[in-house]
Amino acid sequence: MRRVILTIAATITGLVLLLGFKTHPIAQAVPDPTSSAVSPPAASPSIPSPSAASPSATAPTAAAPAGGVQTFIGTAVNTRYGPVQVQVTVTGSKITGVTALQVPSESGRDQQINSYAVPQLTQEVLAAQSAQVDMVSGGTYTSEGYLASLQSALDQAGIH
Amino acid sequence: MGTVFSFDIRGAGVPLTALEEAIRWLHRMDAMFSTYRADSEISRMDRGEIAPSDCSPEVREVLGLAAEAGERSSNYFSTSINGRLDPSGMVKGWAIEKVSIFLRNAGSTVHALNGGGDIQFVGLPAPARPWTIGVASPFQPRTLATTVSGPTTGADFAVATSSTAERRLHVVDPFTGRPATTLASITLTGERLTVVDAYATAALAMGEAARDWIEQLPGIEAFAVTADGRSWHTCQFPLHRPSQEPAPRANPASVGQCEENRRHESGLRDCAAGPRP
Repeated sequence: MRRVILTIAATITGLVLLLGFKTHPIAQAVPDPTSSAVSPPAASPSIPSPSAASPSATAPTAAAPAGGVQTFIGTAVNTRYGPVQVQVTVTGSKITGVTALQVPSESGRDQQINSYAVPQLTQEVLAAQSAQVDMVSGGTYTSEGYLASLQSALDQAGIH
Repeated sequence: MGTVFSFDIRGAGVPLTALEEAIRWLHRMDAMFSTYRADSEISRMDRGEIAPSDCSPEVREVLGLAAEAGERSSNYFSTSINGRLDPSGMVKGWAIEKVSIFLRNAGSTVHALNGGGDIQFVGLPAPARPWTIGVASPFQPRTLATTVSGPTTGADFAVATSSTAERRLHVVDPFTGRPATTLASITLTGERLTVVDAYATAALAMGEAARDWIEQLPGIEAFAVTADGRSWHTCQFPLHRPSQEPAPRANPASVGQCEENRRHESGLRDCAAGPRP
C-alpha cells in the first residue's frame, strides 16, 4: 500500500495478530517467483471468492489501454494462521483487480473472517488507488499477510 | 468485535514494544467487552451476575461515556440493543482513541489508526499535506462516495462511518427496535474518535433528522448517503477539493462520481445561508 511504512493488523477477537514491515515481509516468506502470466481480458471485474483455489484473472470491462492487461502473483506469505497469497491484475499502470489465491481456511472461523475481510481488502486496494487516498472510512479491513503478498505482486508490476 | 485494526505509523520514534503493548491492550479490551464471550464483563453484567461497581475501570468509563452519548443524542445512542447490554457502538472508537493517545505518549507524532473503517488521525502525513480519506460507497464495492480532507494544521482528526451495509453491526432505532433504514451510510468527522464514532451510530439510527442534529454540534460534520441513493452533507463538512487534480481518468465510476459532485454542489447552495464562511 502506498506509504504504509509499518502496518499492524489485528482482529480484536484474537485470531489475527500479525506484524510486518513493508520492505521486509515476514521472515518465513516463501519465495515464489511465478509472475507475468498474461491473461486476456475476459471476465468482468468482480470481488473474488476468498476460497478461489486457482488463479482467476480479472479484467476491466473497459477497453484496455496500450499497456495491456498483465497478472502478477505475489509471494506466498506464511502467517501463523496459514499462507496468504494474492494476485493483482494491472492494466497499463493501474491495478484493476486483486484476487486472493490462498488464505487460511482451516477453521470455520477462518472462513468466516475471510468471507468479509478479503472482499473488503480488495475493495480497499482498488478504492485507495483510484482516488489517491490515505485510508478509507467505512468497511475497511487490512491484514498483514495480504498486504505483504500484495506488495510483492506490486513490486513485480513496478507499481509503487 | 471481529474488527480488523490497522496502524499506519509514519515518522520515527515508536518502539516496537509500545506497539506490542498497544495490541495486547486491545486484546484485553476485547476479552472485557465482547458480547460474543460468555465470560466477558459485559456478558456477565447483562446476565445480572455482576454490577457496574464490580467491573474494571475501563468498563465503567465506557458505560459512563455511553450514557453521556445517549443524553446528547436524544437517546438515539443506546447500549441496550433489543434488551441486551451491548456497548459495541462505543468501544471501538474509544479503544482506537486510547491507543492513539498511548502511541503519542510513546513518541509517535504522525499516525492513522483504523478500526474497521473508523479512523483516528494525528499529525500531517507529509509536509504541508493533510490526510485524504475516502468514504466507501455503501452501494458499490470498490467505489468511493466522496473524499475528505483532514485539517491542514495537522490537528487531531477523526472519521467514522456507520452503514446499514456493515455485516456485523445492525444499527437499531432504539425507539422502534427496528433496523434503521433511511440512511444507507453516514460519515462523521471531528477531532476525537470516541465521540465521532458513537455519534455516527446515533446519527444512522436517527435518519434524516441527523442532519439538523449534527449541524448544531460544534466541531462535528456529517456526510450521508440515503437509502434511495441521494447524498447530503452538513455545511462545513471537509470535502476534499483537489487543487491540482490531473485530468480525470475514464473509469466506470466516473459517471456516478459526476452525479455525486452535482449533488454536492446543490448541497452547498442549501448551505449558503448557513454558517459557511
